[in-house]
Amino acid sequence: MGEVIVITSGKGGVGKTTTTANLGTGLALLDKKVVLIDADIGLRNLDLVMGLENRIVYDLVNVVEGACRIKQALIKDKRFEGLYLLPAAQTRDKNAVSPEQMVKLCDDLKDEFDYIIVDCPAGIEQGFKNAIAGADRAIVITTPEVSAVRDADRVIGILEANEIKKPMLLINRVRPDMVKKGDMMSIEDIIDILAIDLIGVVPDDENIIISTNRGEPAVAEGKSLAGQAYQNITKRLMGEEVPLIDLAGNDGFLSKMKKLFGFKSA
Amino acid sequence: MLELFSRLGRRRTSKDVAKERLKLVLIHDRANVSPQFLEMVKGEIIKVIQNYMEIDEESLDIQLTKTVSEEGEGVVPALIANIPIKNVKSVGK
Ligand SMILES: Nc1ncnc2c1ncn2[C@@H]1O[C@H](COP(=O)(O)OP(=O)(O)OP(=O)(O)O)[C@@H](O)[C@H]1O
Ligand SMILES: [Mg+2]
Repeated sequence: MGEVIVITSGKGGVGKTTTTANLGTGLALLDKKVVLIDADIGLRNLDLVMGLENRIVYDLVNVVEGACRIKQALIKDKRFEGLYLLPAAQTRDKNAVSPEQMVKLCDDLKDEFDYIIVDCPAGIEQGFKNAIAGADRAIVITTPEVSAVRDADRVIGILEANEIKKPMLLINRVRPDMVKKGDMMSIEDIIDILAIDLIGVVPDDENIIISTNRGEPAVAEGKSLAGQAYQNITKRLMGEEVPLIDLAGNDGFLSKMKKLFGFKSA
Repeated sequence: MLELFSRLGRRRTSKDVAKERLKLVLIHDRANVSPQFLEMVKGEIIKVIQNYMEIDEESLDIQLTKTVSEEGEGVVPALIANIPIKNVKSVGK
């Protein structure tokens, strides 16, 4: 029996789609059977980030309307065994899928897959509410900026009101150099404010843009700091305890030495 | 005095400002401090105080704002009520 995890944020552009692509790929690399649902109807993007944009035939709305079977709409990612994408409709609006239809779809997919990861639209309107309808768990993404943290707090409240208990926090685009100077809120600051459990931290990393350009999630190459961060988050999602990576923020002598000699600090 | 110096000595970074502002705005967001919410609080306060004194209900004013904490934790949220008293009842005596 699979688990439905929604990736949400409130504020737009903080990394929901990037995270969905990387966690999905990460889970598939760990031999899980995974389907990614792009619930951002009208602003389809997950296909592009995954590099699967040329293979779309049917979409999420076709499935819930019964125009095709689920199997027909799922795109199999040939690079990663066990990874599938259910793309969003591009020419429909947010109300094309109802909460009931979403619950039914998620329930059906749970029989087949270990993880169903839902990429939410930004905002807290109906599109978001439809997207979270079938969820068992949620990951809330924020960046270390006041507006993103505020919106994350709103979303956490709404998730809890919708019986999605204990959402987990992912802090994206952290810049250790700025944190060090006191010009960016630290991980501790943000956890202190939002008071939820942390699933991980992803640094601001140009490799995310490079890998998105290519349509290959950073988690797959695993060399970049962001890719490693997503590998760790994937493991934590599966219940493993993995320490936070050193984002070069606390560059003590020891961690410098470790880096010099090629040790990964945790 | 010493504490004051040490607090002044530390540069207040932009993230300190961010954190403080966020904390305050979230108190409003979370409490969902709608006019109805404050009306509810107001109603309860009036009930209690009326047992002891006669107050001017019309000009009673209650607000959620901020104040500087005496424990030195910077700015903290505060519920401020301004309640004009018309007459003190004799039950308290
Ligand atoms: N850790 C990171 N480092 C650098 N760039 C990043 C990082 N995470 C995301 N980005 C970039 O930020 C932009 C927005 O990311 P993404 O599309 O994943 O956000 P989103 O939350 O899905 O947005 P929307 O709300 O519009 O759906 C993209 O250009 C992406 O490449
Ligand atoms: Mg997106």
